[in-house]
Amino acid sequence: MEPTGYPELDLLLPRLDAVDGLVGDAVEAERIAILGRKQGAVTALLKKLPDLEPEERKAFGAAVNRVKQAFEAALDARTAVGVGSGAAAPAGLDLTMPGRRRWVGAEHPVTKVVAEICDIFRSLGFAVVVGPEIEDEWMNFFALNFPKNHPALDAHDTLYLSDDSESREGGKLLLRTHTSPVQIRTMQSGPPPYRVVIPGMVYRNDPFDPSHAPAFAQIEGLAVDEGVGMVDLKATLTQFVHRFFSPTTKVRFRPSYFPFTEPSGELDVECQLCHGSGCPACKQTGWMEILGCGMVHPNVLANAGVDAERYSGWAFGMGPGRVAMNRYGLPDIRYLYSGDMRLLRQLGGTD
Amino acid sequence: MNVSRRWLEAFLGRPLDSKDLVPRLAMLGLPADAVEPVNAHLAPVVVGQVVELSRHPNADRLSVCQVDIGAGQRRQVVTGAPNVALSAKYPFAAVGVTLPNGITLEKRKLRGELSEGMLCSADELALGSDHDGLLTLDTESPPGTPILDVLGLGDDRLVLDVSPVRGDLLGHKGIARELAASLKTPFRLPAVPGVNPAEGYPVRRAEGRSGLLNTGLTIAIEPGCSCRRFTAAVIEGVTVGPSPEWLTRRLEAVGQRSINNVVDVTNYVLFELGQPLHAYDAAKLRGARVVARLANPAERLITLDGADRTLGAEMTVVADGEGAVGVAGIMGGRDSEVTATTTTIVLEGAWWEPAATRLTRKALGIVSEASQRFERGVDLWGVPDGLRRALDLMVAVAGGRVLEAIDVWPDPSNPPRVFLRQKRVTQIIGVDLALATIEQALVAIGATVLAKPDDGRLAVDVPGWRPDLTTEIDLVEEVARIYGYDRLPDDLRPFRPGAQADAPSDRIATAVRSGLAAEGLFEVVLLPIGPATSPAAVPVLNPLSADHGFLRERLLPGLIRQAEANWAAQVRDVRLFEVGTAFEGAPGRPTETTRVAAVVTGARGPAHWSEAGQGADLDWWDLKGLFERAVSLANPGAQVQVDGGDLVARSTDGRVVGRASTVVADAPPWAGPLFGLEVDLHDAARLVPPFVAPPTVPAANRDLGLVVPWAVTAVAVVREIQKIGAGLLESVAVIDEYRGAGVPEGSRSVAFRLVFRRRDRTLKDSEVDSAITRIRGGLEKQLGVSLRTS
Repeated sequence: MEPTGYPELDLLLPRLDAVDGLVGDAVEAERIAILGRKQGAVTALLKKLPDLEPEERKAFGAAVNRVKQAFEAALDARTAVGVGSGAAAPAGLDLTMPGRRRWVGAEHPVTKVVAEICDIFRSLGFAVVVGPEIEDEWMNFFALNFPKNHPALDAHDTLYLSDDSESREGGKLLLRTHTSPVQIRTMQSGPPPYRVVIPGMVYRNDPFDPSHAPAFAQIEGLAVDEGVGMVDLKATLTQFVHRFFSPTTKVRFRPSYFPFTEPSGELDVECQLCHGSGCPACKQTGWMEILGCGMVHPNVLANAGVDAERYSGWAFGMGPGRVAMNRYGLPDIRYLYSGDMRLLRQLGGTD
Repeated sequence: MNVSRRWLEAFLGRPLDSKDLVPRLAMLGLPADAVEPVNAHLAPVVVGQVVELSRHPNADRLSVCQVDIGAGQRRQVVTGAPNVALSAKYPFAAVGVTLPNGITLEKRKLRGELSEGMLCSADELALGSDHDGLLTLDTESPPGTPILDVLGLGDDRLVLDVSPVRGDLLGHKGIARELAASLKTPFRLPAVPGVNPAEGYPVRRAEGRSGLLNTGLTIAIEPGCSCRRFTAAVIEGVTVGPSPEWLTRRLEAVGQRSINNVVDVTNYVLFELGQPLHAYDAAKLRGARVVARLANPAERLITLDGADRTLGAEMTVVADGEGAVGVAGIMGGRDSEVTATTTTIVLEGAWWEPAATRLTRKALGIVSEASQRFERGVDLWGVPDGLRRALDLMVAVAGGRVLEAIDVWPDPSNPPRVFLRQKRVTQIIGVDLALATIEQALVAIGATVLAKPDDGRLAVDVPGWRPDLTTEIDLVEEVARIYGYDRLPDDLRPFRPGAQADAPSDRIATAVRSGLAAEGLFEVVLLPIGPATSPAAVPVLNPLSADHGFLRERLLPGLIRQAEANWAAQVRDVRLFEVGTAFEGAPGRPTETTRVAAVVTGARGPAHWSEAGQGADLDWWDLKGLFERAVSLANPGAQVQVDGGDLVARSTDGRVVGRASTVVADAPPWAGPLFGLEVDLHDAARLVPPFVAPPTVPAANRDLGLVVPWAVTAVAVVREIQKIGAGLLESVAVIDEYRGAGVPEGSRSVAFRLVFRRRDRTLKDSEVDSAITRIRGGLEKQLGVSLRTS
């Protein structure tokens, strides 16, 4: 830079030329020495401006600003080279030695799956609601259109807490076998439209073995409004699959049976292990069943006090534990109930 | 339900490929759990043709054959079979093939001549008992063709997962009907050797609740029992013996063992039409009566499986003149079983109430092929068809003569008529389907459809085999299913978002989880049911095991067990938490609370070389910090206080909502102390701290070293300082504690840092000095706490 004619400024010019040779912390130190709000040499000159005569102030101010901008440009150029680039290690430190870390924990794999599912459905206009784990027969079965003494009940081996089916209005108390009673509770809480997802623990009278657990996580969804049809069910759940797995994951929607939905269906996704070519995990079909769904049965709407002629809607339910097992390749469901720190660190990705 | 591919082919009159069949059935709502090739062990055996034949040079009884095995390949085989002939075709098993008898073929020399494989007899292939010579294949098929194809033995067993409401799919006919709808082809009952489908035995309808057969046998249904229809026939002169091969194969293909021709016929009809039947030995029935009735109190019966069963008065039985001979719709009795000496048979084809059948089989703990079908609902109107089919087959395979067949049906009815509106179909499915499309789908499932264009409805007479179709929505489902779920569009239509809000309790639980994970803890999910933890624990009435007999009252005990399990695995650093439900007994209904619990033990942080292996363990102060964090996350507004040897959290209304302490556990000597905490989750409205502008004036810091008697707590000192310094004092913090030399007995030295500041102006030193003097005086007077002088 050409000399400015002001000695106090020209005094700084050699340092401007020297900026190019600065490395590491020295760049920042020079920035503070020249431009810092408290210590900066240029800043100090700028602070003098108000005391000068107007003519002088204009000329000197312009010169100071030129120097200031030159320093800024030169220092920025050095900073852009990168943090610490080319800097020698501080004396006496071998930076290849391990750094000091702190404990990092993690949420449970099933919690993470549930959170991802809730996030996707939130973005599709759903809210997350929950309900109690102790219900009665009416809430768990009969409001949901389960016929009495029917094989459909076989899939729901129930843990009962009371035997007072005669004396209690809603029948025996039990541990809910699915999160579906919360559908009824939601619909009883106010008028449609309903759009909710319901995560929670559910219970079955099953042994604790590699593929069963007496208590496990479920997540369920409900969407009811005027003019909601099966095409909306299919479209929304297909959207969900594409966001949860990948936009190219193949989806298959096929008929099934549940007492609380009609028409009922199941959603399969392309097997995440073999990608459709067939493997033992998908029983050679190339598909993995991920959720059950269907149009809410008119009896269920009516039982919850919703006009089943005017409103229609759909529901789905899935087991996030099953999804987590597939995701992490867990061969035994009991790993999901383990407190083994080695496993939790591995699954938590904090190792 | 086990299904034979070839049996379906016989219904549809066309070949089927399981690769196409499985997805097609899945799209009809019939997913396959497995596809098992039948006779898979014979799959590698192929047609071999003897193209050169010579006597073995060293053995008179052996022949040396050059066998064409297809694809231009030949093998030399040495055989001792007397019937081996030039140009003839036999089953050939190559080296490496394992025969049904378990022998794996190897290349070997027989008296000096190489033999590479084997030509097989029927016996060696488990296809019959003829082991005198090779199985000659009278076939045009070229060498190399699998013999399963040549002999028609190739089949696939499809293990289908049938919905609990579709009893009609528990027979091949029902599945064939669905496939016919999907493939748009007709289907018909398969032809069976010796049966002329044009004929058929008349089944006479009896008047009222009973009927008398021309043999003198009375068939009756007593009121109050679960029987709605009872058909029966008497066949005399049957010869009980082995079944013909076609029948054995059909049953084996669906996984049923052949028993004898009579029993096999009943099983065949069960798997073909879904109508269970039972054959009694007429000679073993006492009194000339077969009656469906409720069991007498404590009536007993030895069932076919050999179990001596005591029946309940609510159960329906089939009885003869003296007692029960079968549990209705579930299992026959042993004493009236058909045996090798049986010559006259009473054949029963009945209809039992699904719910009653289910209750009885649950009470008796038996599941049979028959009970599965009656529970789901057999075709009430098709019962005589099952009987007729069985009579045809019985006479064809066991001989004999049908004396008479009778049908007792006290309250005859027609299958229901259900109305369907086209606009309801559109509303539920979401696409406009033409009336013709709707009609086609319903006709395909066997319904009779009458269009009523004036009111836009269809009158649909549902078929008898579909007791699940009783309301309009049932028909909508059938239309969607037959139309095809895969044909529905899947692009998103506009929607209204829901009117519901996120549950605050879920929001709190989410905050607790992420907050504690950030503190270095791992979330676990433990079973909320386990052994009793106190006499007050809520019991489960029907637990599968005592280990899972009670609802948990607290979360912490489960976490402590997990800490112990980690120690047992030599893991010393354990930091776990759980967010879950705890249950407490209460009148009427147990209460549920959502809680968070945590256990921590071991090192405070990951080992670092700079600590030279001397890194500190977690201690009480880590616990207290963690507890404060957990309380602020889980129960905002609650205060952590000291309660004896524990820390507690109290809500603003004074309730204890959390507790933290050291916990006793089965620890190895190398373990660190174990700490635990448990806090209720309280879904209060989100606490938003009020805005206070950051101060713009400087503060004045003063440190006070105080001698504090043990009887005085740090918090008492802090409160006193705050009280006296109010207005000038911004904050006060404990910065050090010292015990030992120089501090009077019974006391400790605690250093506090006091920060003074007024928000409106800079304090003068004299103001701060005077505040300090007042504070010192107050502490001395109120608490006996003085400035540390040494």
